[in-house]
Amino acid sequence: MTTNNTVNSSPAVGESVDATAGASAPAVEVLRITKAFPGVVANKDISLSLYKGEVHCLLGENGAGKSTLMNILSGMYQPDEGTIKVGGRTVVIDTPKAAIDLGIGMVYQHSTMIPVFTVLENLMLGATERVRLDRKAAETALADLSGKLAVEIEPGAVTGKLALGQQQQVEIIKALWSGSSVLILDEPTSMLTPQGIADLQEVLVQLKQHGLAIVFITHKLYEAIEIGDRVSVLKQGCVVGRLEPEDLHSKSADELQATIVGMMFGEEARSLSEVAEIKQMSRLQREKRDLSSTLVLEVNNVSVKAGRGEVDVHEVSLQVRRGEIMGIAGVDGNGQRELAEALAGQRKLSRGDIVLTGHQVGRASVAERQKLGLRFVTDDRLGEGMVATLPVSLNLFLKRIGERPFWKGGRIQEEMICDSAESLVRAFDIRTPTVETHCGALSGGNIQKMVLARELSFEPKVVVYNKPTYGLDVKTTRTIRDRIRELSDKKGVSAVLISTDLEELLDLCDRIGVMFRGRLTGVVENHGAGVEAQVGKLMLGGKGDSM
Amino acid sequence: MSDLIDRELTPAVTGSAVEVVEATARAVPRNKWKTSSAQVIRAILAIIVAFIVGAVVILLLGRNPLTFYADIFRAGVLHAGWEDSVTRMSVLLLMGMGYVVAFRGGIWNIGGDGQFLLSAAIIAGAGPPLLSALPMGFALVILSLIGVVVGGSWTVLPAYLRASYGLNEIITTVMMSFIGIYVANILIKGPFRSEQTTVPQTNVMPFEKLLPKIPGTTIPIGIFVALAVVVGLHYVMTRTSIGLRLTVMGANARAALHAGLKVKRLILGAFFASGAFIGLGAAMEILGVWGYMRADWNPKYGLTLFAMVFLARLNALAVIPLTGMFAVLTIGGHAASRNADLPNDFMLLLVGLILLLMTLAELITIGKAGRRLLGQRVVQALRFGREP
Repeated sequence: MTTNNTVNSSPAVGESVDATAGASAPAVEVLRITKAFPGVVANKDISLSLYKGEVHCLLGENGAGKSTLMNILSGMYQPDEGTIKVGGRTVVIDTPKAAIDLGIGMVYQHSTMIPVFTVLENLMLGATERVRLDRKAAETALADLSGKLAVEIEPGAVTGKLALGQQQQVEIIKALWSGSSVLILDEPTSMLTPQGIADLQEVLVQLKQHGLAIVFITHKLYEAIEIGDRVSVLKQGCVVGRLEPEDLHSKSADELQATIVGMMFGEEARSLSEVAEIKQMSRLQREKRDLSSTLVLEVNNVSVKAGRGEVDVHEVSLQVRRGEIMGIAGVDGNGQRELAEALAGQRKLSRGDIVLTGHQVGRASVAERQKLGLRFVTDDRLGEGMVATLPVSLNLFLKRIGERPFWKGGRIQEEMICDSAESLVRAFDIRTPTVETHCGALSGGNIQKMVLARELSFEPKVVVYNKPTYGLDVKTTRTIRDRIRELSDKKGVSAVLISTDLEELLDLCDRIGVMFRGRLTGVVENHGAGVEAQVGKLMLGGKGDSM
Repeated sequence: MSDLIDRELTPAVTGSAVEVVEATARAVPRNKWKTSSAQVIRAILAIIVAFIVGAVVILLLGRNPLTFYADIFRAGVLHAGWEDSVTRMSVLLLMGMGYVVAFRGGIWNIGGDGQFLLSAAIIAGAGPPLLSALPMGFALVILSLIGVVVGGSWTVLPAYLRASYGLNEIITTVMMSFIGIYVANILIKGPFRSEQTTVPQTNVMPFEKLLPKIPGTTIPIGIFVALAVVVGLHYVMTRTSIGLRLTVMGANARAALHAGLKVKRLILGAFFASGAFIGLGAAMEILGVWGYMRADWNPKYGLTLFAMVFLARLNALAVIPLTGMFAVLTIGGHAASRNADLPNDFMLLLVGLILLLMTLAELITIGKAGRRLLGQRVVQALRFGREP
């Protein structure tokens, strides 16, 4: 291992970074960091101290600057101003390798491992200084580290076949492999089941005991309160508030929540438990709704044969009534996308049928289903949801090419399209310079609003949403959830809402079905208490008390 | 980065978003003619630099570059030179349109030379008997249609394999191109071979029965056919639903599936049109210029046009000046090389320099982010085993 222009790496877990420094000296100090990108200041004068044996939570919406700050620490970006001190010494972290050499390890939200390799092979990838691979030593090191984390990892298991929670444990071990003493976890709970989150918390306790400094990035308020020893609240690139260990230990969860909400949204918001942002961040229960008994969508024993690296769907049946929001929960990659595409007509059914407002559409094309009022808000909004090189206006009419009145006799009616596009842009609050701007120039949130504007206009009857708010900031998320609810309440539009965000499902759905390994393992009525626990159990393949 | 910009959101609009589309149309004049003068200036600058670099090479070879360039101009433009250049343009334009329609749809028809030569051979073989049996005008139309059908048909197999199995058409069209070239030669050396010549070639069609010339010039009317196709294709690509569907498929094949476009039909159609335009180009070349075809004749327009079509950004109209320049260079360069006692291929060096410098100018102007995107798209386009 080479040392860069900086201090030598601090090796194994548990060793002190600087023997003379007591527990009071921070392991890493970030001092007055500023980082600007064209058109936006991502970090403004941010200072942060990380201590050994503590979890420091960075709380903030998407776009608050959490990821930028951590990318600076891990050597992906260079700050415009400010310094970073590790173990009391000022350092320059100009490459990810420099960060690793300084003992700063990063665990990303998405897996960085090669799915077809075994756990051991993936771990050995990270340390390739020597030409010959030392499998024995690696096995010993893995046993040592998993012992410290109090987890059990089979070295020979194929990584891609592990549960996501276990994959994350391997990611953590990988970060510790090169001798990290500081561990940065970027939104680590976003892909996990409730049980997975509990396991992660156990691991964090172990890591703290071994003296690691941990940064835990999250946008969920209650997580920050439960897990953090210190909390820094970020908003629009600035630190707008901090909670010290004394605060966190002395106050009740409700008090803390109110304090943080005050920091994030101003003092006046404190008393308003109705503020939607707070609703987003806290857990809630839903009331039962009266629905008409008209069935608009019947999915009967639908099976899908999937391709390589995908999940087969086995005999899924569900009925959706008019105006009903039917949720589909499940850990990502349990066949949700395949089911959504089968419903939309992008995938052939190998068995079963779909009845849409009385029409058999199991063999119908995407376009035919669209005409019958079926809409699909894809989760792959960048990949298939839009054409980046076409203007926003044409993207809004991508599914109506050739249809009157926007095309007449095959000729495009540009005035008509631009005018309609402009009113859609206004109604859905899409932030774009003009409707002729290329869609690829928009931000993720605005692209999603464009997709929604396209799918939700022209009288939809059933909308299949696949992870509609994934990766979006709190305000856009709120807008989108409001729209889904409003369509159901006011227009009687039914929805199949696929999401990995349990909060979202509990907030919006009338019933929640759970998918596990391509099967619908149960459906839970979403009212009253205990829904979350039931769904959580089903997500892991257990039998719930379903209908 | 995107999440950073996102935070500028204001509180969302509430209210009935669903019925917005019924909003009444306002008449807002919109300027559709975004001037691309910067692009034109860049292209001209690149050409000037290419000529300067070319001049250095000519100097190093001990010739006078000014004489060389003057010869190109004299032979390619002055006197009757421009007529030869315009004549050459007809085949270049038609073949270019064949590439435009395919590439716009994200279809990599690399086999243009095979489609061209096979069409040319069959037209040259069928020409003499048809012209003597049928009225001239009727025969010429039939022969042109033969070119269209043969060129188009030679794409059907790659198109079907791509549409149904996602098989990479770069491989299949190149293989079909080889087969096409060899079949063309077998036809000329076998069934179509003339008994009047020692060199294997087809019978010669009577000169007076070839495509009529524009009065007062030596230019066959094929150039009008070519220009009509260019204008027609430009209209279809920019103003009609078919053109937009093709553009969507070319820009993002997965979005095309998602939007419910009939992707298979589009692939088959665009592929056929591509081969058909190339076959029509072969018809204009054989019926307008040569009147016969010799074995092993292969002008290899394919790859040069390939580069030009991309430099024109797949814009049909922009292909016109580029092919014009190329025609002048090939016609004039032929004479200039002969006068300077350089090999005929020397002119290709100049063409290569121009294409290279224009490409560099493009690369410089699209910036770092653009280059990365370009790289990704090239990789994506070349990746094997795509989804059908």
